[in-house]
Amino acid sequence: MAVTGQYLGMVLSIADLDSDNEAYFRFCAQGTLNLQRCKACKLMRYPPGPACPWCAGSTFDWTPVSGRGTVYSYTEVRHPVQLAFRAHVPYLALLVELDEQRACPTEHEAIRVMGNLATPDGALAPPELVRTAGIGSRVRVVFTPAGPDIAIPLWTLDETQPAGSIPWRYPEQSSWSTEISINPDGGTIGAKDKVKALR
Amino acid sequence: MQTTEHVVEGARHLRGRYAIVGVGETTYTRGAGMTTRALACWAIRNAIQDAGLAPHDVDGMLAYQLGDSTSSIFVAGDLGIRPDFFMDVYGGGSSTEALVGLAMGAIEAGMCSTVVIYRAMNGYSQSRIGGTGRVDTAISGDQLHERPYGWATPGQVFAPSFMRHMYEYGTRPEQVAMVRVAHSRHASNNPKALHRKRVTVEEVLASRTICTPLHLLDCCVETDNATAIVMTSIERARDLRHPPAVILGVVGRTCKPRPDMHYQHGPITTVAAKWAAPRLWSGSGLGPEDVDVTGSYDAFTFTTMLQLEDYGFCSKGEGGAYVSTGAIELGGRRPNNTSGGHLCEGYTHGVSMVVENVRQLRHDADDSCPIGADGRRAHTYDYREGGCRQVRSVNVTANLGWGTPAYGSALVMARIA
Repeated sequence: MAVTGQYLGMVLSIADLDSDNEAYFRFCAQGTLNLQRCKACKLMRYPPGPACPWCAGSTFDWTPVSGRGTVYSYTEVRHPVQLAFRAHVPYLALLVELDEQRACPTEHEAIRVMGNLATPDGALAPPELVRTAGIGSRVRVVFTPAGPDIAIPLWTLDETQPAGSIPWRYPEQSSWSTEISINPDGGTIGAKDKVKALR
Repeated sequence: MQTTEHVVEGARHLRGRYAIVGVGETTYTRGAGMTTRALACWAIRNAIQDAGLAPHDVDGMLAYQLGDSTSSIFVAGDLGIRPDFFMDVYGGGSSTEALVGLAMGAIEAGMCSTVVIYRAMNGYSQSRIGGTGRVDTAISGDQLHERPYGWATPGQVFAPSFMRHMYEYGTRPEQVAMVRVAHSRHASNNPKALHRKRVTVEEVLASRTICTPLHLLDCCVETDNATAIVMTSIERARDLRHPPAVILGVVGRTCKPRPDMHYQHGPITTVAAKWAAPRLWSGSGLGPEDVDVTGSYDAFTFTTMLQLEDYGFCSKGEGGAYVSTGAIELGGRRPNNTSGGHLCEGYTHGVSMVVENVRQLRHDADDSCPIGADGRRAHTYDYREGGCRQVRSVNVTANLGWGTPAYGSALVMARIA
């Protein structure tokens, strides 16, 4: 049976045949983050799908994960396009690297999950919270209900940030450099011909 | 498993055997006031005339769209073309170069002899790439993992790759802004361009933030237009009006691992170009140092920079320095998007950048330089505002088409006397 939900006014619809997404979001509605783990090679994958990207295996088990991770990258959206977000700018779209299966099966791979920065109770983060998160922030999953069988996983700042860690944020305007080197030959930048590119 | 030898062998076979012989476009406007079908007819008519051909000389058509344009068969009917071969494919950026390769294959296979490739779009007045937000349709499938997070437009979806590049390599906002500055200088010498006003780094950074790290002026324009090119074999090309832009190498929609979800394979600052580069350079028999003009797709300032890095025009991580120190400007070592590109001239999903490089190879950039007694433009190489945009010495060009961080296409062309 198709699963439907509503979130920030958006209509969410999981088709009858989309058993992978249906299961994923049902687990979310129950308050746990679960991923498919391939029965053949034992690797987990995201987003949910019918085959294993590592070995093409078709069989899998749903496996709970800790729901903790680190912000790998993000964007702070200030110009909303979708109607649903017009009342919520600025908001952070986060790319979260889960603690499980990092640098696996190769050093270039990890399970990276999209989501927004939220308050601990699952509301989109207000501007003062948006300003505190960046690359390197520790986050944990929270769920916002969107219907009886579907909840949206979001991310809130983990209360146990490592001491002294400062997340990387897009540079503040005050830090922008006022000088640019000119080197039309395109080699390494030389000190010659410094010009004022900014006033 | 395919070997390097296999790659070289396949490409070498067709290297120099095909050429672009005609280019054409409509105006670049916001509000064309006509259908994509009418725009396509306009651009294709210009391209066929430019080649010195008549519609009945064309027997192949290739087009691409995102469900937002007309089909080849209608345009063929309108223009009196009877195709022996046509195909309309789904796609936006990076389609152009891929279709050039497919056109070579179609001709080589004997399916047709002369092919028109076009893209027609009312990208401002009808179908805007990032959407308008006026309608939120039901969200399903893979979109469930993106749109509910307000992660939907190309800018939003690519932005984490751009941000991570700044984080990993110390790339600065003011460096990347120089892509827009350079392209605006080029556009100021392109009478066709939508935005001909030169901008400064300060103006780029002062324009409103769309989503970090993208300011409004880091993003391409939206326009209504069509663009077209005509391709044929080198034998036929030699009999036509202009010096042929000879195709040396092409790669089409080469993917990085996990092309469905580009951010699953990292570092996400490495884009498809890294995987496309070996095939491009081995196929064309050249390397980045041999290229005089680039056309690195500028959906955003960052896309230009990332591709220049991963095709090897500078070291990985040094794209910020490469694009900000004059090398990509007219008068520099290797100008990029001399038309002003998608940031300034107009948005055509890549065809226009191939059109520009064909004109550069012909030594016939359509700037404001005076027409001489021989009927040809007398280029001044004075690149000040309103002046020349012809590169003084150009024998090899490279177009670097961008689809997403996960897939891209490229095309190396040469002027062979």
